[in-house]
Amino acid sequence: MAEQIALEITRYSPERDKTPSMEEFEVPLRKEWVVLDALNYIKDKVDGSLSFRWSCRMGVCGSCGMMVNGEPKLTCATFLNDYAPGPIRVEPLKNFPVMRDLIVEISDFLAKLSKVKPWLIRKKEKPISEGEYLQTPEELDSYRQFSMCINCLLCYAACPVYGLDPLFAGPAALALAQRYNMDSRDEGKSERLDVLSQHDGIWGCTFVGECTQVCPKHVDPAGAIQQYKLTAAQEWVKSLLMPWGGK
Amino acid sequence: MLDLSSHDVLLVGGGAAGLRAAIAVAEINPNLSVAVVSKVYPMRSHTVSAEGGAAGVARQDDSLDEHAYDTISGGDWLPDQDAVEGFVKEAPQELMRLEHWGCPWNREPDGRVAVRPFGGMKKERTWFAADKTGFHLLHTLFQTSLKYNAVARYDEFYATRLLADDGQVQGVVSIELASGKVQAITAKAVILCTGGCGRVFPFTTNAAIKTGDGMALAYRAGAPLKDMEFVQYHPTGLPFTGILITEAARAEGGYMLNKDGYRYLQDYNLGKPHPQPVLRSMELGPRDRLSQAFVKEYEKGRTIEGPYGAVVHLDLRHLGEKKINAKLPFVRELCLKYENLDPVKELIPVRPVVHYMMGGVHTDPDGATPLKGLYAAGEAACVSINGANRLGSNSLTECLVFGARAGRAAAQFASVQRAPERHLLAQAVDEEARLQDRFLQKSGGRERLSNIRDEMQQTMEQSAGIYRSRESLEQAAEKLSELQERFQDAGLDDRSHAFNTELIAALELSCMLDVAESIIHSALHRTESRGAHQRTDFPVRDDEKFLAHSLVTRCPDGTPEVTYAPVTITRWPPAERVYGK
Ligand SMILES: Cc1cc2nc3c(=O)[nH]c(=O)nc-3n(C[C@H](O)[C@H](O)[C@H](O)COP(=O)(O)OP(=O)(O)OC[C@H]3O[C@@H](n4cnc5c(N)ncnc54)[C@H](O)[C@@H]3O)c2cc1C
Ligand code: SF4
Ligand code: FES
Repeated sequence: MAEQIALEITRYSPERDKTPSMEEFEVPLRKEWVVLDALNYIKDKVDGSLSFRWSCRMGVCGSCGMMVNGEPKLTCATFLNDYAPGPIRVEPLKNFPVMRDLIVEISDFLAKLSKVKPWLIRKKEKPISEGEYLQTPEELDSYRQFSMCINCLLCYAACPVYGLDPLFAGPAALALAQRYNMDSRDEGKSERLDVLSQHDGIWGCTFVGECTQVCPKHVDPAGAIQQYKLTAAQEWVKSLLMPWGGK
Repeated sequence: MLDLSSHDVLLVGGGAAGLRAAIAVAEINPNLSVAVVSKVYPMRSHTVSAEGGAAGVARQDDSLDEHAYDTISGGDWLPDQDAVEGFVKEAPQELMRLEHWGCPWNREPDGRVAVRPFGGMKKERTWFAADKTGFHLLHTLFQTSLKYNAVARYDEFYATRLLADDGQVQGVVSIELASGKVQAITAKAVILCTGGCGRVFPFTTNAAIKTGDGMALAYRAGAPLKDMEFVQYHPTGLPFTGILITEAARAEGGYMLNKDGYRYLQDYNLGKPHPQPVLRSMELGPRDRLSQAFVKEYEKGRTIEGPYGAVVHLDLRHLGEKKINAKLPFVRELCLKYENLDPVKELIPVRPVVHYMMGGVHTDPDGATPLKGLYAAGEAACVSINGANRLGSNSLTECLVFGARAGRAAAQFASVQRAPERHLLAQAVDEEARLQDRFLQKSGGRERLSNIRDEMQQTMEQSAGIYRSRESLEQAAEKLSELQERFQDAGLDDRSHAFNTELIAALELSCMLDVAESIIHSALHRTESRGAHQRTDFPVRDDEKFLAHSLVTRCPDGTPEVTYAPVTITRWPPAERVYGK
């Protein structure tokens, strides 16, 4: 028989269980298999009721984030071999309510995302017929990194502040706010700032940088938050000199 | 317990086509209530995986006519030329609109949007955001959609059927994944933007969610599916995973090599090899021709045997690290991660992989289907601008152009319709009962879903792959009826309500079986070879009989019936497809 590896997986059904429990499964250890392949093997061959999200299997849709041996990971980009001989512990992303097995409730993130106004804000729109807003490759580079966020939420699972203070907008939402703030075409910085400085979450961030460490797309949300604090502080000083609403 | 809600225009699907359509509705009439139903959060839609770019004329040396000609000849004269003319005209405007919404398109040093070459295109006209174009496009659309309060969302709701009254479509029945609750969502107009169905094949670039649901829903409600026999194989997928290596890799100058390190495409009427990429030539020929060349190389014994079947090599080494990092960073990331090799120094093993459906729900150029109140756009639809073979980078643009058109048309239609009648709810109650009886409360059930799915996928690959024949297709038709029957005996392990992903998998499988049948029967009837549909028993194109779209409809007994509709020719009479000249 081919070599096997054990997976310890969180099981939870709100209709059946009061609390989550762990269940162990054995799967073939194949060198090209990622953790997600193992979960699909279990679902197909052993227990069709195992529930998890996935779609692209190429690290870009952001669906398949889970805790693997305690660390937030994209399971479609995490190889079984790296954990051999096992066992591998697979749990739902930390800091989110669990809906079923490995599936967490993420509507809180979506609400926060909308709040930071992640769209281009212009005082005056230019008609399409007049062509593009010019932007040099250097200007593009200044925000490109922050635009790479796939909303996988690994950073929220790693964030000590979000864990304690659920009102905190959180790393990805702030990185995306900063993505637009830094975009040379955008004129909405002060609007976004108003929303964000209302809550002291960003001041709670200690720049330990767990979010940046776990981010699979090298977005550097911790860097975005630092930039944010700096601008927010500057704007705050300015606002002391100007009456509210004078922007 | 059944829930009910109601809107003016309902989008099924939150990919590029669905979101573009939703914004179009919100912009044309802010008083309309518009909603997007999607089985995954919209930014997880498959559009996110698109890599290479989106086509639209952008430069002085290019013209709309040339884009139209490339599209029509690339589609082996099966595209409708009136639709193509509208498409190429609106394409640049739609891409520019995305720029105004913040899409991070790559730029020229002077700040203008940059364009790159692409397969089958005679001029550089493919707009790109590195090699993550679909990702950026989808997130830009999604984030922009958040500013329209009129756009309501049903995230993680799975549409199980259309609600129809006297042939007029008036909403859907859906399952809320989180709770398992059945919800009827009525609307004056419904737009299907549910994407393709690559998952009916075993080896595909397509994400798990691409199961042809919208095609099946429309087909079951009586709408015809068009040109379903045309399935695109992309010539460069990674073995085992099927992960796509974008055509942009060849557009930037990559070579296709056989086991002797020879640029074999020169043997297949695709032009002479040059060190630099030449448009509409060699590696930049159309996908159907390149995938067919792979099969011929294999037959000549000139491919390389790998652990997951035969491969050829894609060589990017001569492009250098700097260019690869600037233009193809995702290709490098994917190769390092999934093949453990660095394309800067090593050859990439690749093989043809199922990638895109040219066919789909039959619509007119405004996205309207023959069923009143039902529209479709994006990969789920067939207008057709793609004909027998889609050109790379036309599809993202198609989602935008026809998503917007369908949105506008549906909004206008909805503005003059009365609200759906309450008696439609009876259908939703029936559907809820069906889901209970068939799946959740069913006793017994001996078949495992995954077995039926695997056998369906193998059948499709063996019989409806790059080359087909009457014999193979007839066998497949038989096998699929057997699988349809066995599906009736499928049993679920999961009988719970909250996030029952196995129930969804069962519903998806049943859609795939219907779609697979429509592909096989359309392929069986088309006794000619055209574009991506190659019959070994009928190897030439037959314009006399088959310069026509196939339309497959479902007979009352469930069997597919195939008829034909004429192709619209405006200015480009059918001719031979010439590449490399
Ligand atoms: C790897 C890859 C790379 C590609 N690269 C390019 C490229 O470079 N250029 C190009 O032009 N094209 C490219 N394509 C093709 C292009 O990406 C797709 O054709 C296009 O994105 C399809 O978009 P869509 O909006 O039609 O559907 P999708 O993005 O697939 O969205 C479908 C939507 O429908 C929803 N849905 C489906 N069924 C249901 C249901 N039953 N109930 C509720 N919701 C449902 C889904 O949740 C999803 O939101 C590529 C394709 C692949 C696979
Ligand atoms: S910042 Fe990184 S870790 Fe956080 S959601 Fe975005 S991609 Fe994921
Ligand atoms: S499945 Fe899409 S990121 Fe893992």
